[in-house]
Amino acid sequence: MAEALKILVVEPDEPRARMIMDGLAEAGNVDVTVLGTATGLARRMAEIAPDVVLIAMSNPSRDTLEALSVASGFNDRPVAMFVDQTDDATTRAAIEAGVSAYVVDGLHKDRIKPVLDAAIARFNMFAKLRTELAAAKTALAERKTIERAKGLLMTAKGISEDQAYAILRKTAMDQGRKVSEVAEALVTASDLLR
Amino acid sequence: MSRSILDIGYLPLVDAAPLVVAQKMGFAEAEGLSLNLHKQPSWSALRDGVALGTLDAAQMLSPLPVAMSLGLGGLPTPMDALMVMSVNGNVIGVSNEIAAKMRTGGWQESFRDPLGTGNHLIRATGRRLRIGVPFPFSMHAELVFYWLGALGLKTPGELDVHTIPPPLMSDAIAADEIDAFCVGEPWGSIAVENGTGELILPANAIWAFAPEKVLGARRDWIDEHPGETRALMRAVVGAARWLGAEENRLMASEVLSEPGLIDVPDGVLDRALSGHLIMKSRALSLHTPRFLEFYSSAANFPWRSQAAWIASNIAARVGLDRTDAMRTAMGCFRSDLYRANLADLGIDMPGASAKMEGALSEPTAVASAKGSIILGPDAFFDGTVFDPSPQG
Repeated sequence: MAEALKILVVEPDEPRARMIMDGLAEAGNVDVTVLGTATGLARRMAEIAPDVVLIAMSNPSRDTLEALSVASGFNDRPVAMFVDQTDDATTRAAIEAGVSAYVVDGLHKDRIKPVLDAAIARFNMFAKLRTELAAAKTALAERKTIERAKGLLMTAKGISEDQAYAILRKTAMDQGRKVSEVAEALVTASDLLR
Repeated sequence: MSRSILDIGYLPLVDAAPLVVAQKMGFAEAEGLSLNLHKQPSWSALRDGVALGTLDAAQMLSPLPVAMSLGLGGLPTPMDALMVMSVNGNVIGVSNEIAAKMRTGGWQESFRDPLGTGNHLIRATGRRLRIGVPFPFSMHAELVFYWLGALGLKTPGELDVHTIPPPLMSDAIAADEIDAFCVGEPWGSIAVENGTGELILPANAIWAFAPEKVLGARRDWIDEHPGETRALMRAVVGAARWLGAEENRLMASEVLSEPGLIDVPDGVLDRALSGHLIMKSRALSLHTPRFLEFYSSAANFPWRSQAAWIASNIAARVGLDRTDAMRTAMGCFRSDLYRANLADLGIDMPGASAKMEGALSEPTAVASAKGSIILGPDAFFDGTVFDPSPQG
């Protein structure tokens, strides 16, 4: 069996780092190190001598890694942006998932592909979780605003909750807006009048 | 007529102003364009976006299209500079500790003296200088190598150049990862604001007319989109002309201080726009003429000789054939498109597309399409004159 693939993950976000590590462990015989900050990245790279470095596209410290990959003589294991070693589809998938990888020169494609696929899957999963969390928060905020708007209408007009909601819904339909937007406008206006 | 929508990348820097102004002040709209500006986390991310086509064009460090066209760095792709968007605008700063040592060594805060200040810096660091720049292929890196190389710091052991993203430069100097930095504004001023370092030299003291950011795009995109290319260049040069007018300065800092763009207060942004830099905490501002140029002295003209200077230096450092590299680079700076697409806007065109770089120590009138145009100063601090012809 081939020697374990040494992977360095540069990721300050702990939950995401853990997800990536789990995903990589499933990808086979790997030895993963996580670095939370890019401080001293050059030194750690020389110590660890990774075969693959994974870093989020959104991480500004990517430029530091980029510099190491073009510098000659920082150690004898230069890394290059993954594109040369993988196919276009994988490259696109990686970019879309927001992960970039630097791979030691000469490492065989067959050994990188499973690692990259696992990283891409985990980055996508994390992005999805975050989107879902954001959506849940928005939904909650909208519901609370609608509740407040209904309360305002009920007090002001002496009507029932159902009637208040019907007014909000009709106004929204007439104006081509969302119920939550009408509710938001009402709440804001009532705050100003207070 | 339907509007073309272009996706444009930029980094949070004062010199992203031509793109921001083109979008916000109606210059793009007037050319039938709608610009979607995308803030990028790093220069590598910006480069990948342009190379892979998620971005149509972008603000680029002037050496970036040259390096990419020379096949250096990740995702090498033929890339062109359509025009220069800004000239100068960088500062050199040091940690508080190094500044104190320089003063002990007799440094007189001579901000326009690269030779004296450089020697004091070298002495204060004991000939082992760690300096941060934003990217391996940047005017910052070129100026640092040029300046400190001329003062005798040549080997990697003596001159240790680190790549650090501009917004993190202040943190890096606070964490003692570096002794000094060369960075674009507002990030040098932010180090002063944070009390982590002080500024010792405006970079235009090293080269008086250094092409800093260019409008870059993939060559095949330019070939396939001549209409969009022309409209984009016209919108950006219109914005550059607007930025070059002193009366618009305060509005420019206002526009750039909008949340989500740079996220730095307008008072700090205005230091670069006005050239009134505050070099250290609790100090008065110091006026630096021509600190950052958006328009005057034909600032937007992509001189092929500027590309040649960049290529000549990169080639020497990475071991490429100098003549070949210069020839490739000169093809990347599209003075041909600049002339073809902008001449009817009333922008004066120089007679030649290449010049001797560093020959002008004073503003000088030279031949142009309309008679004469004022160029320069463009001198190097050591008086070198760079001849872009391959034999030079």
